[in-house]
Amino acid sequence: MILVVIEVDGTGAVEVSRETVAFGRELSKAGGGVPIDAVVVGAMPEGLTVDALAAQLGTYGVRTLHHAVGDAFADYSGAAWAAAVVAARAAAGSVVVTAAGSSRGNEILAHVAVRTDAPFAANVVSFSSLAPFTVTRQVVGGAALEEVRLDHRPAVFSVAGHVVEATPADPPGAPATVAPFTPEVSDADLVARVVSREAPPPDESGKLKSARVVVGAGRGAGGAGGFGPVEELAELLDGTVGVSRVVTSLGWRPHHEQVGQTGSRISPELYIACGISGAIQHWAGCSSSKTILAINTDPEAPMMTKANYAVVGDMHEVLPAINEELRSRA
Amino acid sequence: MTDVLVCVKRVPSSAGKVTLTEDGQGVDGRTTGFTVSAHEECAVELAVQVAAATGGSATVLSLGTPDAVEQLRNALGVGCTAAVLVDGEPSSYGPADVAREIAAVVEAHEAEGRAYGLILLGNDAADSGDFQVGIRVAYALGRPVVNGVSKVTVADDEVTAQGSGPDGPETFRLPLPAVATILEGGVEPRYPTVPGRMKAKKVVIEERPPVADPAGSRRIKMFLPPPTPSNVVVLGEGPAAAGAVVDLFEKLGVSK
Repeated sequence: MILVVIEVDGTGAVEVSRETVAFGRELSKAGGGVPIDAVVVGAMPEGLTVDALAAQLGTYGVRTLHHAVGDAFADYSGAAWAAAVVAARAAAGSVVVTAAGSSRGNEILAHVAVRTDAPFAANVVSFSSLAPFTVTRQVVGGAALEEVRLDHRPAVFSVAGHVVEATPADPPGAPATVAPFTPEVSDADLVARVVSREAPPPDESGKLKSARVVVGAGRGAGGAGGFGPVEELAELLDGTVGVSRVVTSLGWRPHHEQVGQTGSRISPELYIACGISGAIQHWAGCSSSKTILAINTDPEAPMMTKANYAVVGDMHEVLPAINEELRSRA
Repeated sequence: MTDVLVCVKRVPSSAGKVTLTEDGQGVDGRTTGFTVSAHEECAVELAVQVAAATGGSATVLSLGTPDAVEQLRNALGVGCTAAVLVDGEPSSYGPADVAREIAAVVEAHEAEGRAYGLILLGNDAADSGDFQVGIRVAYALGRPVVNGVSKVTVADDEVTAQGSGPDGPETFRLPLPAVATILEGGVEPRYPTVPGRMKAKKVVIEERPPVADPAGSRRIKMFLPPPTPSNVVVLGEGPAAAGAVVDLFEKLGVSK
């Protein structure tokens, strides 16, 4: 039995969770059709019902959706969420517990691993053998890979974002059976819970992740005042702005715009990387873009050689010319 | 008064080309130099801020070879006032081993009358990316833990921690003693001043042997992904390339 921890938004299971179910299907197939269960914790967000979620996950091949309900899950706490996952795992008899390699996914699984006395492998990209269970995971922000033995039961691992497609099963399965349960949660598990939440600013990283076009800028922007043409191009293409780590470290732009190992991982139709050298930290966040156009004065910069298209030049000269050309053709 | 322990790991800088050691057990830092992760730089800054705000102290800890003294001195240079080195080869230690060693230092110091109200770690190490040591430390010590927060303040024996959740900014508040793992972005790490560096040189670093042999990570080997051949199409140079760029936008269907 494979148990997948699901994260949701108002539309259903988030993409990285659906990717994880798809990864679980590969594992299931290799294991001779081991069933896949899912667990979701707490009330559904506005716009989503648990039945709709069960229907969606059913198409991905999930058999049973364990739904942890109760007052303990009114506000997020990693320990309480893990208590629910551990209870679902016991009910389902899972030998594998997995989640997306997101902040929440990695956090919950780290708790689950300690509670089940298991090792935890974060950001797995593939498995090479079932006996002994051997997986490959991203290290150094994806710049290197590590093969690890994960022969402990349960095998606890997260799946790195965008290493598999979030495709439904073929043929799609019937809606998953919903199994509500109220796990025991100790007071200690509720100590570190969210006490308040702010509405996200309008330009939060969610937009970065869903945008069809991201215009990225790095050190080459030159300063906080150097983003005018970047913003203008993003607006002309109905896209959004993303930046490299150095830009947020220097305080030029807010952290939620950061793309990379310690920021968002994006996969737009087009990523335009302006004045970004393409260090591994950044590449880890943008390599899933369908097409990459790099603009840089240094033709040897890693971003320029890894991109699909390149323009050699200063972003401060090239971007205004592109913006002008776009306006003239509109 | 809150005494803070902040944990750092000496790691090869991975800003440039990453190469591995010959035995495939780690990243080779001989040509790149060594650093600590950006998360840990922010954790050190927060530790110093909390110590200053509460009249407490900030102690920095690393499990590493004697070379890690460089990273400990850097933290001392920006305001930590004590440093501990647990002498071990980090690549032999799995995340559960590291957590056990950190917890052992906390307990040993507590027995000596130096109790830490707050323990800060980076969210994940820049090399092994295990995403779990802070949580394991918290369980080993029976303390609550918040994960991946970028701002931490302490008042009235409570820690308030702020981070970015999937639905936007969120705040946690929990009683001390507690553990928090830090994501970069909430504070700007300060640079060491010359007097800070001078002071740092004088601090005697406490060296401790590990309390147990490491069980090790479950690593079989590390390897580099195959290089992607460059298939880049150069559209042109300078502003003259604008026409070709907009043609590309139209071909991709991204023009409005």
